[in-house]
Amino acid sequence: MSGLTKKLIAIAGASVFVSSASMAADLTVVSWGGAYTKSQVEAYHKPWMAKSGKAIVSEDYGGGIAEIKAQVESGNVSWDIVDVELSDAIRACDEGLLETIDHSKLPASPDGTPAVEDFLPGTLHDCAVANIVWSSVYVYDKSQTRNWNAPKSMADFFNTQAYPGKRGMRKSPKVTMEFALIADGVPVSEVYNVLSTEEGIARAFAKLDTIKDDVIWWEAGAQPPQLLADGEVIFTTAWNGRIFNAVASEGQKFEMVWDGQIYDLDLWVIPKGSKNKEAALDFLAFSTATEQLAAQASWIPYGPARASAVARIGTYHSDDTIQMASHMPTAPGNFKNALQNDYEFWADNADQLNERFNAWLAK
Amino acid sequence: MADSHIAPLEPITAADGTPLKKKLAQALFRSKVRAVSLVVPLFAFVMVSFVIPIFALMWQGVYNERFSKYTPNLTEQLTSWDGLTEPDEALFAALVADLVVAKKERTIGRIATRVNQEYPGTRSLFTSTARKAKKLTPPFKESVIKVNKKWAKIEVWRAMKLTSQNLTPAFYATALDGRYTVDQGFVQQNENRQIYVTLFWRTFMISASVMGLCLLLGYPVAYLLATLPLRTSNLLMIMVLLPFWTSLLVRTTAWIAILQSQGVINDLLVTFGITADDSRFSLIYNMTGTIIAMTHILLPFMILPLYSVMKTIPPSYMRAARSLGATPTRAFIKVYMPQTIPGVGAGGLLVFILAIGYYITPALVGGQDGQLISNMIAYHMQKSLNWSLAAALGGILLSGVLLLYWAYDRVVGIDNMKLG
Amino acid sequence: MAQANDPFVSFKGVQKSYDGETLVVKNLNLDIAAGEFLTMLGPSGSGKTTCLMMLAGFETATHGDIELGGRPINNIPPHKRGIGMVFQNYALFPHMTVGENLAFPLNVRNMAKADVEDKVRSILDMVQMLAFIDRKPAQLSGGQQQRIALARALVFNPDLVLMDEPLGALDKQLREHMQYEIKHIHENLGVTVVYVTHDQSEALTMSNRIAVFDDGVIQQLADPVTLYEKPENSFVAQFIGENNQMLGTVQSISSGISTVKLDSGHIVRALAVNVSEVGSRTTLSVRPERCSISVRKSKEMSVLDARIEELIYLGDHIRCRMKVAGDDQFIVKVPNTSGQLGLEIGAVLQVGWQNNDCRALDFNKPI
Repeated sequence: MSGLTKKLIAIAGASVFVSSASMAADLTVVSWGGAYTKSQVEAYHKPWMAKSGKAIVSEDYGGGIAEIKAQVESGNVSWDIVDVELSDAIRACDEGLLETIDHSKLPASPDGTPAVEDFLPGTLHDCAVANIVWSSVYVYDKSQTRNWNAPKSMADFFNTQAYPGKRGMRKSPKVTMEFALIADGVPVSEVYNVLSTEEGIARAFAKLDTIKDDVIWWEAGAQPPQLLADGEVIFTTAWNGRIFNAVASEGQKFEMVWDGQIYDLDLWVIPKGSKNKEAALDFLAFSTATEQLAAQASWIPYGPARASAVARIGTYHSDDTIQMASHMPTAPGNFKNALQNDYEFWADNADQLNERFNAWLAK
Repeated sequence: MADSHIAPLEPITAADGTPLKKKLAQALFRSKVRAVSLVVPLFAFVMVSFVIPIFALMWQGVYNERFSKYTPNLTEQLTSWDGLTEPDEALFAALVADLVVAKKERTIGRIATRVNQEYPGTRSLFTSTARKAKKLTPPFKESVIKVNKKWAKIEVWRAMKLTSQNLTPAFYATALDGRYTVDQGFVQQNENRQIYVTLFWRTFMISASVMGLCLLLGYPVAYLLATLPLRTSNLLMIMVLLPFWTSLLVRTTAWIAILQSQGVINDLLVTFGITADDSRFSLIYNMTGTIIAMTHILLPFMILPLYSVMKTIPPSYMRAARSLGATPTRAFIKVYMPQTIPGVGAGGLLVFILAIGYYITPALVGGQDGQLISNMIAYHMQKSLNWSLAAALGGILLSGVLLLYWAYDRVVGIDNMKLG
Repeated sequence: MAQANDPFVSFKGVQKSYDGETLVVKNLNLDIAAGEFLTMLGPSGSGKTTCLMMLAGFETATHGDIELGGRPINNIPPHKRGIGMVFQNYALFPHMTVGENLAFPLNVRNMAKADVEDKVRSILDMVQMLAFIDRKPAQLSGGQQQRIALARALVFNPDLVLMDEPLGALDKQLREHMQYEIKHIHENLGVTVVYVTHDQSEALTMSNRIAVFDDGVIQQLADPVTLYEKPENSFVAQFIGENNQMLGTVQSISSGISTVKLDSGHIVRALAVNVSEVGSRTTLSVRPERCSISVRKSKEMSVLDARIEELIYLGDHIRCRMKVAGDDQFIVKVPNTSGQLGLEIGAVLQVGWQNNDCRALDFNKPI
């Protein structure tokens, strides 16, 4: 393809995705919106603006690297720093869409431990620095009186005999297939090995078949708490931050089942060709300092990516009685049977499994 | 005509002797220039922002140079390889040379992604091998296979040969649940991955049902709008337009609240004892919910063209038909309805085309039936970044719509369509 | 079936109101004989179209009965009345060809296909439009559409045909031509026609009888000659043809002739038509063609002084605007004979008319 057509497509793509042209800002920070962005604004943006005297424009997006790709390839990069998932960070890095980040420039912890040692394993990458750990879990509503024992394991989620009723699940093969294998007795350490084989995929679908008629598939992150609150489902898979929010600020009596949780990272990346690269690097270093990460954890129960910050987690910003530490995916009680999302597996197999998953749904 | 038999022997000239044709062209030139210069900016805008991107995207559906662009050595070797014999040392050497450069230039991801589209599960094969490529020593065939024994598989090499061809039918094949291979040409996709044809079919069926329902529900409303006294019809018009001013997501959520099993309708049915509490109807998270919600959302697009056509039909036609002896029903069917066909065509086409592109509503309320082809296009545009496949899917959808458009033109006539 | 001398159509005390506050038609009584060509004539808003629509069945009478062939039809829907109707804008169905338009009333009556074909062809032949059988209405000129509309209203042999200003959209020449054509068709078929128009010359040309409407009331119902020659009130005199009107007060009435003192002081004599008592105010009406400028005063003639204000040469006659009895809009039509050619503006002469040609009508200040 000629350079011109390519550029045109990229421009067209960029004009679709970037609806609001950035105002004259010193730094454009892009994240997922909602309570999550709010936690970042409170813990990162405000202190950084006060310190540096520069203005931040905060934009929301829906994930994925299509926008970054369009901006970088059209040469019109308006985003300076973006919060992405691990698989997207790796992929964008491999495709040369991101600036590389010098880990030695990251701030040491208050006790002097260098950043590279303080960050949890697997949270620092060539082009990305993690800020939080979030998790997919399943959840039920304690306020509904039902004649069953409280569910304890992932197997209970798939047990329609003991727990009859509808279940909410995300309409995506990612996480759904891992859950199925965990429920079917595959140890978390073996899940991706099993899923890499044809038999493993068939096994996951076979497990999903057992509850297919009882599933309400959700698509947007706001749906699961709503489905549960409306009594449409007895269980639903969900992102732990959303559920905590419903509990802490809406007074819902939701209870998370941490067994078999699948956790993932959110990371900061800087699109290649950012016009404010220096400010972006400064913001990145500032926001991943121990103090900021710990502060963010008082707004939303996503685990900080640094050991020194984990130790400093306090209480919920508006309610002293809620100890945030116990709500973190990484809290010892919650972390017993946990699986980290394997970005490499999904980078290899996402397209294939997405087709198979939809074909399975349509059957 | 009286003077037509006088054949002009020489061209007619104007008063100053120049030929009349030339004179006229001169006189019209300025006004033509003015007219053209008025249109040029809009034309340019439409070309740049609409036509060219569409063609460029369509072009992507058959042309993809991601692989060949970043693997010059390998592509050259693959072109001469027949795809049947065991890959030789020259191929492996070219592979290593390209991987070393790709790792350094950070283009390895693009190569890996492209091959992975044709042969799932090979992405990490490329990225991991690239990391070690610099340290590999000849003979490369041996050392590469030692890094990962998948390199010994001929299928990997066939996939690479396929992707090294820039102009390829592979994406259209995938979009139609097929596969294009180097050795066998077009073959069926594995049964458990066949999804696109199903989704195309479902998308067309849902769009057709929504169009039919919109027509069924919209026709009487449009008739009332066109015939009621102005004050009443204005009120009705506001009610028709009200949903337009409400966000799509809000309307969809409202339908969830109404239709879900703990929702308004089911609660009423249980309260009145029509259904038992444990056998509530499933009105949402299935095809029913999708069709109900989409019909509601698209109804105004049917009503407005119908209304604008009906408004122009004077009541005297119906009166004439009745004075000629037709019953009100017969007069309506034989005289009124045929005259509304331009509106039916316009509204139907509008609703159908909008419905084909809808995906947020089906995704939210459709349950396991709610996946439509546009969801897959969006997935490949935004998540998998397989824009070529998205372009192929979009191209097929576009052809389908154009085909319908053509059929409509043949049956009803496109100039017989009124949008208002 | 009604007796031959019974009325075919009959309005009995019919009233119509749309808003419950004002009456559009006030107590209408009208009998129409079979085979008659009756025209409802009047200005717009006079109630004539409403009457037609009530007869067709598209409006219901608020009060009173309408009878057709001796049967009350108030509760019969339009499609069962069997009345042909020609609409103002023809209302030819645009999606059907001429042939299909004409076949429509026959098909709804379930007539056999061959008969339909014959009927359609013969009626098209009658209006000389057979060549256009496969055209769509939009491909026809106004006059051609009019003929098809007429043919369609007649093709199912209705006893009664209603026409609602059918020639309104045509140009003058075509309109006059169509007037004769409609008149001939009426005479040939013997069908009863009720015709609505606001054009008095159209009404005079075609009708057996004319009902002049104003303000929801029939002002006069008579044949064209009577209507023109003997208008019964000043509205009819004004509306039908041209007339000169003079205001005055009745001084005496004897043997049908009243003596009137005009507001200008002159004394004239006029036929007492619509004046009852001495001292009442009256409008005198005299047609311009009944006035003469070469007169001698006598017992049967009224003569007044006049001054020529304007002369318009119209070929067969000269239209002469004069100032008479203080009114400078007095028109006299002077025949174009050689003796009259000496007329000139400013000339003072005498104008006169037979007393019987001047009618003393109800007082109505001229507009």
